Amino acid sequence: MADVLVFDKVSIDYRGKAGVQRILNDVSFSIPAGGSMGLVGESGCGKSTVALAAMRYLPRGMTVAEGRISVEGRDTAGLSDAELRRVRGNRVAMIYQDPMSSLNPVMTVGEQLMEVPLLHGVTDRAVAFQRAVAMLGEVRLPDAEAMMARYPHQLSGGQQQRVVIAMALMAEPALLIMDEPTTGLDVTIEAAILELVRELRSKFGAAILFISHNLGTVARICDRIGVLYAGRLVETGDIRSVFHRPAHPYTHGLLSALPRIDARGKGARLHPIEGTLAAADRARPGCAFSPRCPHMAPAECVERSVPMVPASPAADHLARCARLEAVRKASQAAWRARPPAEAEVDAPILLDVRHLTKNYELGGRFGGRAKRVVRALSDANFQARAGQTLAIVGESGCGKSTLAKTISGLIPASAGEARLGDADLAQLPVDKRPRDLRRRIQMVFQNPDSTLNPSHSVEFALARPLKVLRGMGSGEAKREVARLMEQVQLPPDLLRRMPHQLSGGQRQRVAIARALAGEPDLVVADEPVSALDVSVQAAILNLLSDLLERSHVGLIVISHDLALVRHMADWVAVMYLGRIVEYGPADAVFRPPYHPYTEALLAAAPKPDPDAGAPTVVLGGAMPSSTQAIVGCPFASRCPRKIGAICDTETPPVRRFGVHSIACHIDLPPPAAGIRSQADAAAPPP
Amino acid sequence: MLRYTAKQLANMAITLFAVSFLVFALNELSPGDVARKLLGAYATQSQVDILYKEMGLDRPLIVRYLEYMGNALAGDFGQSLVFRRPVSELLFDRLGNTMILAAISFAVIVPLSMLLGVLAGMRERSLFDRAISVFSSICASIPEFAMGVFLLAIFVVWLGMLPGVSPLRADSGWAVWMQFVLPVLVVTFYDAGYLISMIRSSMVEVMRSAYIRTATLKGMSFRGVVAKHALRNALITPFTVILLQLNYLVSGLVVVETLFAYPGFGRLMLEAALSKDIAVIEAGTLVAVSVTMLTQLFGDLGYMLLDPRIRV
Repeated sequence: MADVLVFDKVSIDYRGKAGVQRILNDVSFSIPAGGSMGLVGESGCGKSTVALAAMRYLPRGMTVAEGRISVEGRDTAGLSDAELRRVRGNRVAMIYQDPMSSLNPVMTVGEQLMEVPLLHGVTDRAVAFQRAVAMLGEVRLPDAEAMMARYPHQLSGGQQQRVVIAMALMAEPALLIMDEPTTGLDVTIEAAILELVRELRSKFGAAILFISHNLGTVARICDRIGVLYAGRLVETGDIRSVFHRPAHPYTHGLLSALPRIDARGKGARLHPIEGTLAAADRARPGCAFSPRCPHMAPAECVERSVPMVPASPAADHLARCARLEAVRKASQAAWRARPPAEAEVDAPILLDVRHLTKNYELGGRFGGRAKRVVRALSDANFQARAGQTLAIVGESGCGKSTLAKTISGLIPASAGEARLGDADLAQLPVDKRPRDLRRRIQMVFQNPDSTLNPSHSVEFALARPLKVLRGMGSGEAKREVARLMEQVQLPPDLLRRMPHQLSGGQRQRVAIARALAGEPDLVVADEPVSALDVSVQAAILNLLSDLLERSHVGLIVISHDLALVRHMADWVAVMYLGRIVEYGPADAVFRPPYHPYTEALLAAAPKPDPDAGAPTVVLGGAMPSSTQAIVGCPFASRCPRKIGAICDTETPPVRRFGVHSIACHIDLPPPAAGIRSQADAAAPPP
Repeated sequence: MLRYTAKQLANMAITLFAVSFLVFALNELSPGDVARKLLGAYATQSQVDILYKEMGLDRPLIVRYLEYMGNALAGDFGQSLVFRRPVSELLFDRLGNTMILAAISFAVIVPLSMLLGVLAGMRERSLFDRAISVFSSICASIPEFAMGVFLLAIFVVWLGMLPGVSPLRADSGWAVWMQFVLPVLVVTFYDAGYLISMIRSSMVEVMRSAYIRTATLKGMSFRGVVAKHALRNALITPFTVILLQLNYLVSGLVVVETLFAYPGFGRLMLEAALSKDIAVIEAGTLVAVSVTMLTQLFGDLGYMLLDPRIRV
């Protein structure tokens, strides 16, 4: 049998306090030797259960109720413990999300790598050692011998994931299962890891089961894809057929909810999938997606079970939908985008930030070791304008959160100013700000689970800022709360709920309503949707942009996701190592000339297009430590377009193209409009 | 690590001086002067005054403190007012007795709790885990005096197998080693109950972690996973708590010692406090503080050895 992994009509049940729940329902797929299959779906759809079932490592309470899972032709249910151990790590290996926690913190990298060959037939430690060193070289870790003696916490996130990949490849398995391997890593590191996986795949020939919520990463790795919804496979097929001709309405929804870096600019509207996955949907006899589906017809979709049917002329492209024809017709009319709005340079300036700098001092309290200074933010200059969105992008550690904290007054700046009207926020910690100033700046945080007080109801969370910041009485606050709920499109019956009774998207809506309660002038949102599923994310983004457009509130959004920024931002500031390296209107920043760092970020961003090809630039290395004093350009150590010694020795000049500025030594050509006019002059059009 | 140890030892010396001064000063400020306490309520004021002068109590506090510390560094902690013996001798005897009890108990408690805690925690919610959890919470929730009386009733009154008091004298009719059994049992039940549940929950947490899954999915046997990956991680958190038990075992055994008339350090401190035997209180406090600080230092050092993330 040529198939490495076969799921044959597999159903998995979870027996819990609330009775028996079907987690996976009639899932069938197979991966041939050397093939690669992506599984996508929102959280709770059962993706990770598939991975664990393939390893026969289901959590307590879960059992395979029906069907057969075979690895290399052998039914895993029939394996003895010893046989199972010979499969795990040897024939099938797994790569996980969050490499830090999947490595043992008290064992050296070398020990953990050597375990694999020692468990699977190698008896000589010296041989195991040599193999581990060689494998560390394969995953491009520098100085492999020294790496062997390190502990996981001494490595960066990208290096840790390389170690986990090396560990998985040690026994040259027939199948690699990757469960969200790049979630939580920076885009540049993600791009490098994905390139590594592609390369190693062709070298070692392992088949891949790639699980992700990110369609862009799946497009880069896989040749086949399966879409899971509520534990059922709703569409499978060749990656190109599914991406170019999605058949199931849920697949349609996922693809059109996705922010795209190649969007036409701000205002290109996202299409969220209405509704949420309810627990009861898993048990539906008919189509699990029917309650959320715009094409639902009761007789065909609800009352009887829906089988997988051929979805397009392409071989093996199947979808679990009873109304494929209707869906196909409707999808012709999708993508109604608003005309991209040019950034208005003359909108009134709300917040004027000049030379903002933040240094932290480490150590040196009792004159022991020398003081070290962390330069978290150096000489930042930008403006936030009323009714417009400024996006701050960059890798983790670039200083974007420090910037947000300084503006919101959680930490005082070391130098520079941030003027909001007459007040200088830079030196004014939040507890010293007058009430009115506090009202004018509000924050929305990344993780709505931990920012809403778990013991306060929604109503309390919303009424409190109204009373405190706007001095409202109870009755007035109650009416205003109702209005806010309507504004963020939440039903009024949620008011009495506690945060844990809400979904992630609902919680983030409450957090947004809370921020808007004080009628602020400026909202600072730190990664507002990065913890949410794609379909929910789209709805929240639409909500934010609608609210801002209506109210003329300025928004500073901090994000690592360039595609999202492309959809939201009027202005973009790209940060690297505490400095703004490029700043300007979004349309200018997303078009050449680029700062080499912006160019690398754009290239690294995963694109939901199987034909996108490998990124043109892959950044190596890691951001240097911000404790070192930087003489020349901060990006010089990783820059793929470094021009020479000047980059290391001299601060790059700021090149200006109107309001668009780039700090770089390269003598960049003026924007495309200028090039076109030159070209026109040289060769008149035919 | 050496640097850290030296720094901690220096900190310890400073703390000891500070504590000794505080205790010295507080005792001086407590109501009723020493001479009056010595002579009793029926002595005349002039007798008290004479003794006051003889003892040099009319000199400034700081002078007397320095003198006291000078003597203390030479091993002389003054005279016990109640026992009429040099404090150093008294302390040496009693501390010795307590150390024996503490050492035996520690040697029983630690391996026992580690074994039961790890076995219970490695298979969460198994029958064995539930049994051990119930057992340990019962042990930890019965106070020492209740447990002591309970065991006395069984082994002394009912079975007559063991002595009811432990004065550690051979002439009491029971072999000296038998006199240790009941005190050790009481301490073990009480203290192990707490440690077992502590180690168990640490083990449970480790067994749920992602690196245990990694190890299992490498193809390692359950036994290998527990021994190689779980054990060391599971002992990191309880390690300091385990060492803290030494504090309890040295200076917190008042109840057990009183119950069994065991001539130990805890009981000495209790008696000294009740009879305002200042010299004994002062010296005893210094001993208790040193024990606490030393175990803390060993705790920190051991912690660093176990967990590479906090090595300095």
